[in-house]
Amino acid sequence: MLETGTSRVKRGMAEMQKGGVIMDVMNAEQAKIAEAAGATAVMALERVPSDIRAAGGVARMGDPTILEEVMKVVSIPVMAKARIGHYVEARVLEALGADYIDESEVLTPADDIYHIDKREFTVPFVCGAKDLGEALRRIQEGAAMLRTKGEPGTGNIVEAVRHMRLIMSQIRKVQGLSKDELYHEAKNLAVNYELLLDVHESGKLPVVNFAAGGVATPSDAALMMHLGADGVFVGSGIFKSDSPEKFARAIVEATTHYTDYKLIAEVSKNLGAPMKGIEISKLAPHERMSDRGN
Amino acid sequence: MAQKIGVLALQGAVAEHIRCLQEVGAEAVAVKRTEELNELDGLVIPGGESTTIGKLMRKYGFIEAIQAFHAQGKPLFGTCAGLIVLAKEIENGEEAHLGLMDMTVVRNAFGRQRESFETELDIKGIDEPVRAVFIRAPLIGRVGEGVDVLSVYKDEIVAAREGTLLAASFHPELTDDYRLHAYFVDMVREASQAKANA
Repeated sequence: MLETGTSRVKRGMAEMQKGGVIMDVMNAEQAKIAEAAGATAVMALERVPSDIRAAGGVARMGDPTILEEVMKVVSIPVMAKARIGHYVEARVLEALGADYIDESEVLTPADDIYHIDKREFTVPFVCGAKDLGEALRRIQEGAAMLRTKGEPGTGNIVEAVRHMRLIMSQIRKVQGLSKDELYHEAKNLAVNYELLLDVHESGKLPVVNFAAGGVATPSDAALMMHLGADGVFVGSGIFKSDSPEKFARAIVEATTHYTDYKLIAEVSKNLGAPMKGIEISKLAPHERMSDRGN
Repeated sequence: MAQKIGVLALQGAVAEHIRCLQEVGAEAVAVKRTEELNELDGLVIPGGESTTIGKLMRKYGFIEAIQAFHAQGKPLFGTCAGLIVLAKEIENGEEAHLGLMDMTVVRNAFGRQRESFETELDIKGIDEPVRAVFIRAPLIGRVGEGVDVLSVYKDEIVAAREGTLLAASFHPELTDDYRLHAYFVDMVREASQAKANA
């Protein structure tokens, strides 16, 4: 009997992305550049995070024609973003044929309490997380892939580093707990005990976890791999740099060979200027996307 | 002595194949550089994105290196993207990668991710059906005379063998059923013995 939308099919799709780079694109032209550079998937958006920051106002799911035109020109998977808690935007993206949905804090949340019940969908979801509790809560709701939240559109890697380090260190802590301590920790993290027990026994998350939110250079991507990321999302970092094609290729190579520092040096030469960054402390509290959703 | 089998680690589900190979008693290592092929008895090309894996193979000289590896009689096993990489021909005129196995593959043949599925599958040479996970999977549209069809799903070829080459559209590495990996390790053992006797 044929079964679609199983947990294995959804999580497996993310496993196939491992060691890869997923790039934000705003049109067919950029999607082709990303695919030619070796991206393992693209995220079709109306605006990249740095433009969303600059524009202000409410950021919503993009115009469906952008997703459609990107799906037409590339053979790699195409992802798209829905607002946190916006069940209908997610259903629309699923109906359009998006291969993965990012329930994303980059867009303005539609629901300040509840996330989407992702288990109901055939299409898999990726969600952002700052810590282990958030990561496991998203998995409980059915997320088949995770990513750090970082601070999108800043070109500043510090928040993604903070989130990845925290998650990895919390996993190590959970591994060392006794069974009775796990019950208490499940309460602390506001997560299901069985899920926490799985992390305790396996020493890892049950789904793939990518880095996202601030990756701007090949070295940034390699740093995140070094810290334990399974792969990298690059949002504004490619198409807001001086030479998107070169940055895209260089970030792909640095992600594959993240411990080969001579190679990273080589691919980092003459790239031109990366995207202009933002110091995190210059962001007002309401401008911090990573605080959205919990 | 355990067979030493590499898993091409440019991109994709590398750790899963390593785990499966170890479960069936092989020594398994991730391969990122061509010189690491020298000490291996066989190689797995994992699932991932074939366009990405193909590009990185070209960039780092893996096309010629793996073709030479094959010419030495050492077995190759490709799953999903790995199957595409092995094929002589890719439908719609896309450039072939290794171009070793006499077949034409159709990429994303079952549709987009929402059409991805799992099912029970009969495989020639394996007694009971295996649980097969198909993710944006390719299928084999045409095979040459020397190719042995191992599995068919709804009239489409999804697993095949040609001499020392083994290919599957689906992902045995995503399940706890290690029989297809055991099948490949047997192929590697036979090839090593044949070489020792020659």
